[in-house]
Amino acid sequence: MNTVTRAHLTETIYTQVGLSRNESADLLEVVLARMAAALEAGESVKISGFGTFSVRQKGRRIGRNPKTGVEVPILPRRVLVFRPSQVLRAHVNHMAPPVGGDDE
Amino acid sequence: MTKSELIAELAAANPHLLSRDVETIVATIFNEITGALARGERVELRGFGAFTIKKRDARTGRNPRTGAAVPVDEKVVPFFKAGKELRDRVNRGKKD
Repeated sequence: MNTVTRAHLTETIYTQVGLSRNESADLLEVVLARMAAALEAGESVKISGFGTFSVRQKGRRIGRNPKTGVEVPILPRRVLVFRPSQVLRAHVNHMAPPVGGDDE
Repeated sequence: MTKSELIAELAAANPHLLSRDVETIVATIFNEITGALARGERVELRGFGAFTIKKRDARTGRNPRTGAAVPVDEKVVPFFKAGKELRDRVNRGKKD
């Protein structure tokens, strides 16, 4: 399966916006860094037409090592969840986006 | 943070760019990811995470109100898995 990487995204920014490749790469990095910083601060990141990244608090629970059956405590932690928008869901299924467009 | 706030921050930090260009950059990034997923490809951004699609088989669902059986077609859903670095940062977090 083909994998799209930073290099591909940089190339697309370069051709679409006409900045240098270096600056295109830098801006992509800044976008990702800003999103990461917001999430680190516990803030949600809502990208209309794409989806919402949010941080969910998980409580302490008892897990089990599946191999040995030994009980181990799983400490409270924060996890990142991504909820795709209806528009993105429609795109990946090659369907027309829902009327009203967005669920953000 | 919303997409428009992200664009506004980037524009403020990069006064040499037209805000129209900043909008195009942000739109291009998410459009490219969307396009890749629609082509069945994965998008891997080291340190941040990976976007993939997952296939869901057709199943018989139920209308929760009436209990009537409804066929649910096979479909594909977008999925994001946070990269190790981002996962650790979110978990450590800045406790308020």
